[in-house]
Amino acid sequence: MIQEEKFQLTPSIRKKLLTYGGVGLGLLILGILFLIFGGQSHGAEAHAGSEGGHAEFHWYNRLFANLWINNVYFTGLAIIGVFFVAIQYVSQAGWSVLIKRIPEAFGAWLPYAGVLMLLVFLVGGHSIFHWTHSELYDESNPAYDPIIAGKRGFLNYPFFLIRMVAYFGLWYFLFRLIRKESLAEDVNGGVLHYRKMIKYSAIFVVIFAVTSSTSAWDWVLSIDTHWFSTMFGWYVFASWFVNGLAVVTLIVVILRENGYLMAINSNHLHDLGKFIFAFSIFWTYIWFGQFLLIYYANIPEETIYFVERLDSSYYSSIFFANLFMNFFFPFLVLMTRDSKRHTIFLKVACTVVIVGHWMDFYLMITPGTLGENGGFGLIEVGCALVYIAAFLLVVLTNLSKAPLVAKNHPLLQESIHHHT
Amino acid sequence: MEVTTSPVRDPLITGRKTLHDITHDISYQVERKPTVSWLLALATSLGVLAIGLYAVWRTVWDGIGMWGNNKTVGWAWDITNFVWWVGIGHAGTLISAILLLFRQRWRNSINRAAEAMTIFAVICAAMFPILHTGRPWLALYWMFPLPNVFGSLWIDFNSPLVWDVFAISTYFTVSLVFWYIGLIPDFATIRDRAKGIVSRTIYGALSFGWTGGAKTWERYESISLILAGLATPLVLSVHTIVSFDFATSVIPGWHTTIFPPYFVAGAIFSGFAMVLTLMLITRRVYRLEDYITIQHIELMNIVIIVTGSIVGVAYLTELFMAWYSGVEYEQYAFLNRATGPYWWAYATMMTCNVVSPQLFWFKKIRTSIVATFVLSIVVNIGMWFERFVIIVTSLHRDYLPSSWVMFYPTLYDVGVYMFTFGLFFTLFFLFAKFFPVINMAEVKTILKSTSDNPAKHHKTEVGEKDVATQKI
Repeated sequence: MIQEEKFQLTPSIRKKLLTYGGVGLGLLILGILFLIFGGQSHGAEAHAGSEGGHAEFHWYNRLFANLWINNVYFTGLAIIGVFFVAIQYVSQAGWSVLIKRIPEAFGAWLPYAGVLMLLVFLVGGHSIFHWTHSELYDESNPAYDPIIAGKRGFLNYPFFLIRMVAYFGLWYFLFRLIRKESLAEDVNGGVLHYRKMIKYSAIFVVIFAVTSSTSAWDWVLSIDTHWFSTMFGWYVFASWFVNGLAVVTLIVVILRENGYLMAINSNHLHDLGKFIFAFSIFWTYIWFGQFLLIYYANIPEETIYFVERLDSSYYSSIFFANLFMNFFFPFLVLMTRDSKRHTIFLKVACTVVIVGHWMDFYLMITPGTLGENGGFGLIEVGCALVYIAAFLLVVLTNLSKAPLVAKNHPLLQESIHHHT
Repeated sequence: MEVTTSPVRDPLITGRKTLHDITHDISYQVERKPTVSWLLALATSLGVLAIGLYAVWRTVWDGIGMWGNNKTVGWAWDITNFVWWVGIGHAGTLISAILLLFRQRWRNSINRAAEAMTIFAVICAAMFPILHTGRPWLALYWMFPLPNVFGSLWIDFNSPLVWDVFAISTYFTVSLVFWYIGLIPDFATIRDRAKGIVSRTIYGALSFGWTGGAKTWERYESISLILAGLATPLVLSVHTIVSFDFATSVIPGWHTTIFPPYFVAGAIFSGFAMVLTLMLITRRVYRLEDYITIQHIELMNIVIIVTGSIVGVAYLTELFMAWYSGVEYEQYAFLNRATGPYWWAYATMMTCNVVSPQLFWFKKIRTSIVATFVLSIVVNIGMWFERFVIIVTSLHRDYLPSSWVMFYPTLYDVGVYMFTFGLFFTLFFLFAKFFPVINMAEVKTILKSTSDNPAKHHKTEVGEKDVATQKI
């Protein structure tokens, strides 16, 4: 039997996280100062490729682009945590019961993510989204853009904001419902809460099936305002999902190394590893499907997206690094049975995947916002560090509030006696 | 090794079966004399096959001008039927490979028949491109890189149609081998029970001298694992490449990046519908209610809701992106689909594929045999119309309004389609009589951990196939 164990967010962990956050903030400020006073190192003039390229480049454009990358990335993590829990319930999976509290805790980031998303959009949306420029819709203005004007029914301030609030509202509401039952089950036992969670999870999955795509169109696709691809919603989902799996796995491994979750054995890790392996391939499948069809048909309106990323000496290296980190590396490292059962391989593979998918979002967002003014330096590292610290602080605080294992889960024994 | 099964799970095998009961219930159908109803069913299928064969004969003798295709609509029923059958041919390997990887034990009762159906469906699918070549005896030259004396005639490796040839033939081969290897231990069981010399000899030959020793089982498991590993990417690749037939083009309505995963989801959707149609009949006729329980049916219906909804999201994504893209050709293609002369096909597709599966949200409906049977046929109809809508409505109004036409099928279009139905059901009825329709060996492996037999405990030996999964 498992005795009740609780994760302790010790002052030293908290201090460590705050230090990371502080260092991140310092780096971010330093990076901004360098940008303002140090002059651009590369390509300040050549920004014709970007959609927003006609506007003059300011240091805050890069700041807002970074905030947006991290907003989308960490929102994805939070919502994938909820999604992962939900699919465990709707598929009545038994093996994952021991670890389910970890993805469950990710949902706690959702309200912060929502507020950040809203704030950054309201303050910096003009730098990020080309379609927010009013002159594009004015027929008498030389900048009038009939294609973007045609999208106005979807891309306009009120509707965009309503959608954003609705996504976070719905997601958070269902997360709270699931979480409430989950905690009540700890106290009351029985199968009633379990059945209710299946029901809420099913509702969540339906909502997420639609909102994962529409939010991806809103927050990422519309940055490259002219461009379109029907696959895009599922592409963002694939990136979010495999990244979420990698973060869950990494946290499970680290918790276990620190003496928690001793009921977790290499069989559970093996399953997590298989998931990362499989969904890295899934991400690549979606990536390749989108790329090949656009490349093969060679329609200029569509190929421009890849032209911007491949013809640029800066982005093309990231383009290939993206494929390496998110496909070849996890594919080769996690291919054997043993590597999925040993924590060192998992830690390395997860870290590469986690960084890799950050780069994936970087590559989705930066060319359309900064064009050739994009770069990778102190700002990127600092900003990401601040988000990592904040995300972990929120998630770990939430994790410490409930028992680490849902002790009355009706499938708990299946998970404890799990063999792959 | 022990498998723990939570008491909240319902048993997958009911009727308090023992190992012997499993052998008996399934082998009995192979061993008994053919029933009158089976003979009638086979005769009907052969009749349909014979009528269809006439249409095939005329098509080959007089050429594909016998069909309703015209210069604007170059692909119609032929490719619609082809994609429809290939899609159906996805469920079997999905059940045997992907559900194996996800450790879904309920697959054990349905995998054999589903795999058989897969193989027959792929054979039916292959008929259409072969016949569409017009002179199939020459087609080898542009399907396979064979040396030939026709000048510079050489296959076009850039064409997704050629990729299809390789994807489908590989898929077919692996599915066939996978299916057959699963059959070997069961053939041996029938051989060992056989009373007549003829059946003993035939099943003895079919079972490849299976001894049932530990070493043989070990090899059986290794090869199952390898084949499951191979089949998983293959099952996804086949419909991906079928979708490339359309999506690599620049035709509005065809060129859309969501096609690969959306086609795969649609294929699984239609495949499960066909599995349900066939299994509900087989279950009733062969009295297999204790092996294919209401729970099995409910789970398959849930797969139908999930895949049907994925397809629904894809339809709506396409509609939205057609508008959002601002490309007027794209916009017109979808407007024409939904409101043009083929609106009825579009409406049928939407109703059958997106709306009707949502009925399965009601537990009463998804656990009702009659409702499931009706809806499985509705889905099959819907998926045929999906391909028809994609193919014909995207073609019939091309860039030049003077060449806008409608497509009208001829009797020979109908006849060739009937031919594949006759072929499919003839093969399936032969399979159902002479082969064990449920994998006895694999069902036995889960008997102890998931049956309502009170003599068994929840903790028992792990199954043979489950052992295989560990190594993945």
